[in-house]
Amino acid sequence: MGETFSEKILGAKAGKRVKAGEIVFVSPDYILSHDNSAAIIKEFRKLGLKKVKNSQKIVIVLDHVVPASTEKYALNHKIIRQFVEEQRIPYFFDVQNGICHQVFSENGFAMPGKLILGADSHTTTYGAFGAFSAGIGRSEAASIWATDEIWLRVPETIRIEIEGILPPMVYAKDVILKIIGQEGADRANYKSVEFVGQTIRDFTMASRIVLANMAAEMGTKNSILFPDERTLAWLEKTAKDKFEVVTSDSDADYETILKVDVSDLEPQLACPHTVDNVKNVSELEGLPFHQAVIGTCTNGRIEDLNAVAQILKGRKVHPGLRVLIIPASRKEYLQALQEGILEILVESGCLILNPGCGPCLGAHQGILAPGEIALSTANRNFRGRMGSRDSKIYLASPATVAASALEGKITDPRRFI
Amino acid sequence: MGGKAWKYGDDVNTDVIFPGKYTYSVFDPKEMAQHALEDLDPDFTRRVKPGDFIVAGKNFGCGSSREQAATCLKFAGIQAVIAKSFARIFFRNAINQGLPVIQCPEAVDNIKNGEEIDVLFSAGKIETKRGIFDFAPLPESILNILEAGGLIPYIKKRIKKSE
Repeated sequence: MGETFSEKILGAKAGKRVKAGEIVFVSPDYILSHDNSAAIIKEFRKLGLKKVKNSQKIVIVLDHVVPASTEKYALNHKIIRQFVEEQRIPYFFDVQNGICHQVFSENGFAMPGKLILGADSHTTTYGAFGAFSAGIGRSEAASIWATDEIWLRVPETIRIEIEGILPPMVYAKDVILKIIGQEGADRANYKSVEFVGQTIRDFTMASRIVLANMAAEMGTKNSILFPDERTLAWLEKTAKDKFEVVTSDSDADYETILKVDVSDLEPQLACPHTVDNVKNVSELEGLPFHQAVIGTCTNGRIEDLNAVAQILKGRKVHPGLRVLIIPASRKEYLQALQEGILEILVESGCLILNPGCGPCLGAHQGILAPGEIALSTANRNFRGRMGSRDSKIYLASPATVAASALEGKITDPRRFI
Repeated sequence: MGGKAWKYGDDVNTDVIFPGKYTYSVFDPKEMAQHALEDLDPDFTRRVKPGDFIVAGKNFGCGSSREQAATCLKFAGIQAVIAKSFARIFFRNAINQGLPVIQCPEAVDNIKNGEEIDVLFSAGKIETKRGIFDFAPLPESILNILEAGGLIPYIKKRIKKSE
């Protein structure tokens, strides 16, 4: 019997052949944290150590509340900057850079065959580059800073084979929402999810990131999309280190193999208050809302902003709406600026925010009042996440949010083909 | 020692356990406890007593990796969380905060909201009005972390030993 990707990577790190279900002690290649680094520092200090074990493995990106909106957040950032200097942490990205998952990828830390852990649940994102990447908590991050080691259970693997050419105005976001809706929010809990198939081979890196990122919403420990020429082209310019491509064996042992045909897929919508409460956009057309959010680690890249601009070009967004645009990083922001995308968006009535997490986690920049509804390209719609517990969040693709922003109510983007 | 069961449904996520707006502004665990389950059950913090239990359906703690979701429950006085299943990161975070997590679907189905229950940790038994339910005790390596009071005290002990 062959081995899965996850068995190979964790086995290589543990120095032995391993099977799903085993517990291994491993040392990650990189450990990512963001604004929660202040809390991690507090835990690290409790250990009484002067120095982190390996500062070269630590990557810190400030993104959750940037720039600081209160004195408490400001102090938080200050504590992190002081620690970075004290420990001589080379890979620190301050508030101007963007969302950690985008910044981490752009700077070439997300490489095939690497073991990446992050104190953020969407660390699954780097599976798009062929890495084994999983989220952990802050005590664990602190203990890795101290000991350079962690225990992990080797996950079973679900293989999802995606075939078919996507119809116009249907995107990677719709594909993953459809899968989460069918399979449920806990389907891949503790498991690895492998995305394969012709549809994915045709996807840009940005679209692949959407799948790897959002699979976290079906509970996945790590997502994986195997590298190809497109991945290697991205890495040629950015890779921080040497790397080795790892794939699953053809006779690997899978927990399940799912087949998904996307040829007839319609635009999808995750309805309040769980990500697996998924319907066709066409079923909810006409529902009015108050705030549109286009951005986040799921859908704030140039391809997303471009899809939005294509729909909004020469038109005005509904006057009763707040339409927030948050580019995922400074790099994406600059490209959108140079390509004239931002000009189109501003002219149509959108509000451009600085790169970062924006209002996604309800800390700043567009909090919802009681009774308000948001339509967002983010990855979570839990009760109260973007503000009042009496507000609601719907999740969709950038095209669906853009089409709906013009009408002020949920609208099928295929009307704008 | 027994305690009251606070019963909730499936997919209780970390946003309703500990809202994101507090994640980088509340650092004191006792203050975290004042916001526990704020967006799920606003009555919880007013009426919870030390030694009470959370009893929930599948996928408890799904969503964000924020460890405060475990910390706030522990400091609210919760003795253990009993669920049909746990989201992976919450499960690790709870152990690492010294909050026992017990997977036992049969017990969850049989416990009513508000009833007094008791857990015998070493024996792996949950005592309820409708009978006694067995659960598989956690592996020893994980129990060691729980007994130390969480991962940080556990690692601290290990570092001291190796010095």
